[in-house]
Amino acid sequence: MSQKECAIVGLGYTPQGKCPDWSVRELFLEASVNAIKDAGMKPHDIDGILVELCWTDPTTQNWSLQMDLGIPELSLSAVYDSMGASPGCQMQVAQWAIQNGICKNVLCAFVEKSATAPAVPYRMSAGPGLAYGLHGAMHGIALAAMRHKMLYGTTSEQLGEVAVTFRKHAQLNPKAQMYGKPMTLADHQNSRIIAEPLHLFDCCLVSDGGRAAVITSGDRAKDCPQPPVYIMGYGQGHVKMDLIERNTLVDTGAGVSGAHAFRTAGIQHKDIDVLGLYDATTHNIITQLEELGFCERGEGGPFVENGRLSIDGEFPTNLSGGMLSETYLQGWTGIPEIVSQLRGHCGDRQVKDAKIGLVTNQGGYIAFHSTLILRR
Amino acid sequence: MTTQFKKPSPGITPETKPFWDAAKRNEFMLVKCVGCGFYRNPVSITANICPECGSRKPGEWVKASGKGRVHTYTAVHRTFDPSFEKELPYIIVIVELEEGPRFLSNMRDAKPEDMKLDMPLEVVFEKVSDEVTVPYFKPAK
Ligand SMILES: [Zn+2]
Repeated sequence: MSQKECAIVGLGYTPQGKCPDWSVRELFLEASVNAIKDAGMKPHDIDGILVELCWTDPTTQNWSLQMDLGIPELSLSAVYDSMGASPGCQMQVAQWAIQNGICKNVLCAFVEKSATAPAVPYRMSAGPGLAYGLHGAMHGIALAAMRHKMLYGTTSEQLGEVAVTFRKHAQLNPKAQMYGKPMTLADHQNSRIIAEPLHLFDCCLVSDGGRAAVITSGDRAKDCPQPPVYIMGYGQGHVKMDLIERNTLVDTGAGVSGAHAFRTAGIQHKDIDVLGLYDATTHNIITQLEELGFCERGEGGPFVENGRLSIDGEFPTNLSGGMLSETYLQGWTGIPEIVSQLRGHCGDRQVKDAKIGLVTNQGGYIAFHSTLILRR
Repeated sequence: MTTQFKKPSPGITPETKPFWDAAKRNEFMLVKCVGCGFYRNPVSITANICPECGSRKPGEWVKASGKGRVHTYTAVHRTFDPSFEKELPYIIVIVELEEGPRFLSNMRDAKPEDMKLDMPLEVVFEKVSDEVTVPYFKPAK
């Protein structure tokens, strides 16, 4: 390895679910202050800020967070807009800035406010799509899921097994929005259809909340209070935003992104102890498992059967409940969970002796994709 | 008094106006690159550039067959848009056109259970206002 590994040393949370009394700016600040504290740092230790654009309030940005934190000068400051795939991308840029001596400690942050202050409606389906009733990500993903179903025979019960598994995990996470609300496969099958083949329980939650993380060098990480979690491997893969312009509807960029991540990490699939896969819908899980190489193309449906993604299965996935059952904080649902798993801080839902985790983010009708492979 | 909900406009731009003008004449047009012959999508590419060869010359509008096959579809059972409510479940289809590009549309004369991968389709036009006629697709005869 030519470059020294960086580490995630701070995680910051806010209340999540419904936060009507919180402004976007306050949520950004709360998550950031908590992440900096978790890293054992003070705001002036931060010399880079990367903010993921919040579509509810695009005026809260890198510069406002810098002002609120009282940091006189930064060496890196930007807004990232790869939608749900942003945090994995932000952390890669943070890592490159640290490895090249530009920054010491980089703060990455995000806020979602879709539960109580919806973003610009239909923002991803401009123009002709509106005339044809294509409204938002669920319709777009349904088109991809239907093609997968027609090509490979993927069943609604297989999608349902993903939803039921993550709901089961959420019962081990008191912070999950679906904590105390278990679900059976029959519940999934009986939930109303949103857009075929997706039922309501194939689709992620809507949520408010903020999250942040601090990235530093491997050397400095040893002096931080929390167990360091190192970035072993990383990748990105971005396909065209417009569904009809893509080469295929079932290839998302996870393939390219995952290949970069496995190559840079120098490990194999069997080395992964815990997974955090972006679950805008249950379909996203099935196609990512194929594209990342955990199974062959078209085998994702059968692969998830028999509890393979369960906490006691071969590839424990989305132990917090994911976006389907914990909270919809986009890419920021998965990354903090994998970091916490590798810290060993997950209590009842802890994957025993988890050493290496893989986490993915997707965004914009599954056009953007990022992958991180992390180790303790 | 009943409320009339008008469907949203397809967002006609200077670049896509010839397509929608042709639709008013019940003609389905595509843009053919004068540099390499690649058929550009008529409504989703806004810049005057060929994504295949990079030519900046404006494409040539040509009449297309209006025929294609089902690439994928979804039947929508819930909508935020009241103008679609009485059509629920409506079918969004991605048509693989004979000439190559894909086209997003809605189905006519088909139920969700009729839909099959690669099913042959043909265009059908509906006038929705004096300004806009919309191309939809139906099972080919
Ligand atoms: Zn050309």
